[in-house]
Amino acid sequence: MLRYVIRRLLLIIPTMFFVALITFTLAHATPGSPFDRNENKPLPQATIDRLNRYYGVDQPIPVQFVTYIGNLLRGDLGLSFTKGRPVADIIGQGIGTSAQLGVQALLLALAFSIPLGIISALKQNTAADYVSLMFATVGTTIPSFVIAIFLIYIFGVTLRFFPITGWGTWQNEVMPTVVLALGPGAFLTRITRASMLEAIKQDYVRTARGKGLSERVVVVGHVLKNALIPIATIIGPATAALITGSFVIESLFNVPGVGRLFVISIEQRDYPTIMSTTMLYAFLIMIANITVDILYGVLDPRIKVA
Amino acid sequence: MAQQLLEVTDLHTQFFTRDGVVRAVDGVTFEVAAGETLGIVGESGCGKSVTALSLMRLIPVPPGKIVKGSIMFDGADVLKMDDDEVRGIRGNNIAMIFQDPMTSLNPVLTISRQISEALELHLKMDKSEARKRTIELLDLVGIPSAKKRVDDYPHQFSGGMRQRVMIAMALSCNPKLILADEPTTALDVTIQAQILDLLKNLAREFRTAFILITHDLGVVAGMTQRIHVMYGGKIVEKADTAELFANPKMPYTWGLLRSIPRLDERRKAKLVPIEGLPPDLIAPPPGCRFEPRCQYRREICREKEPELEHIPNSKPDHEARCWGTQQGGWLVDTDWHKEVGDTRVIEEIKQEVAQLPPEPKPGDVPPPPTAI
Repeated sequence: MLRYVIRRLLLIIPTMFFVALITFTLAHATPGSPFDRNENKPLPQATIDRLNRYYGVDQPIPVQFVTYIGNLLRGDLGLSFTKGRPVADIIGQGIGTSAQLGVQALLLALAFSIPLGIISALKQNTAADYVSLMFATVGTTIPSFVIAIFLIYIFGVTLRFFPITGWGTWQNEVMPTVVLALGPGAFLTRITRASMLEAIKQDYVRTARGKGLSERVVVVGHVLKNALIPIATIIGPATAALITGSFVIESLFNVPGVGRLFVISIEQRDYPTIMSTTMLYAFLIMIANITVDILYGVLDPRIKVA
Repeated sequence: MAQQLLEVTDLHTQFFTRDGVVRAVDGVTFEVAAGETLGIVGESGCGKSVTALSLMRLIPVPPGKIVKGSIMFDGADVLKMDDDEVRGIRGNNIAMIFQDPMTSLNPVLTISRQISEALELHLKMDKSEARKRTIELLDLVGIPSAKKRVDDYPHQFSGGMRQRVMIAMALSCNPKLILADEPTTALDVTIQAQILDLLKNLAREFRTAFILITHDLGVVAGMTQRIHVMYGGKIVEKADTAELFANPKMPYTWGLLRSIPRLDERRKAKLVPIEGLPPDLIAPPPGCRFEPRCQYRREICREKEPELEHIPNSKPDHEARCWGTQQGGWLVDTDWHKEVGDTRVIEEIKQEVAQLPPEPKPGDVPPPPTAI
């Protein structure tokens, strides 16, 4: 078990290297430069040359990559081209907020989606099932920014329950958390429903009923335990996605997280920031997957983690 | 005849599907005495399993529904009980052994958990008592080093071992009646014999009543006192085991006897199948359900359905649902030996039946359970 975890953790290193290589190549292959943002007021060529030299962008790309990796190994993520500050500082400032928002959203999503999925499966083809299916469909199909704007209009502008933007008080956090939880929550509801329905028609459920167990014991002790396996598969990557922040939510509610950084850095060809955010995301996905794989071994005795 | 433990009267179980109402069990009446072993035989889809599931009210509702009949168990009608009362009977007074041991055990729970569960529920044992009893039960059904294996998961057991676990589970609360639904069908032949031996011995030791459901006449031969043959949702022949093999009175039963394979076949004799398919239970034939496949059929068979009636030239409790063999029918004097063809299998089975040990007399102390 311990050896398995160590092996999986060590495998992160080569994976990260290739993620870095591919991201670096793609980022530099994208046309444009970090310093051509304002088309109406282009910088003088001399300034661009000076900036290129300062940030090392004038070097051949393989050389830049080697330099980048060298710096990375020393723990130096580089300077943001657009902000002029160390990338580590910028990410460090926002990741806490993004992670907090993400974890809150995840917990909220789990808290409503799993019970909803279970009820939906147990009351298949009844009103309760249709309501929860409708919710699941709405949650997965209507983009979060549309829902966010609705919520802002209803609870922020009209009812004035919650502030529209900002971060720091719990009132600030309610709407972004709810909106962020909606998508994964809706998806998890569907997965829970489907895997409950799959588990409930298995022969061993009939055996359990044949023992005279109450319906509650059958559902919780026999069905749910089997249904959790597919659910765990989804939760891992969903967690990684949630804690790295959401561009839409953070932009709409003006949350100072790293989700915005992700998109803006690509737009601005801010190479060091692109690299760091992508690699952070890749790293978290890998950690989440390892966690899920270990969890499988706990949930399903047929899977041997070794 | 002893006090009846189970009396099923005119049981109708139907499934309401998009294509129509499937009359899976269509007016079945039978009884089982305490400690008796009854065989229910018939091919796939004839309503055997649905009958068994109906007895425990384990039919999935919807689409299934028991629309008519009564199931008197130990003096109470199972069909009139509320859900709690039925749960009090399931696993406790009536237990079931299912067909496929590979899928009938929960893959994520230990064997110990799955057997203890019922003990804790019905016999109010605490965890350590239940565990001790579980180990005893596993020992009893012949699981080697039960103490070590009790915490294993089902996937660590072979098919035969899993079926032993299912049997231990069924026995756990000392039920009065065990329904064994094709208990050996999913197992390979050598294991089948072991499991049948085990069931036979346990039935004798515990004096539990058994209903053994199978498509294989060879399986019920050595185990049961009486056999009911089912076809198309109805019982078509009832007789005690020796009588059924010696003097079958229904062309369908003849067909079943003809299709028992034998391993030591020297001649190139082919197995004789029953031609055709079982009837569509949504729109069954109007007359005798076996008529479309029966080589002895006459006009009346298609027009009118025969009742289950006593047959001339047979033991008093021998009944069959056939115009041909009933009083005044054209098959009354037909020599079934000729009809069946090769009768060596039947002779062997008859010998096996003759060798059955006598039923234990009430009051006998059952021998101490031994690992088999």
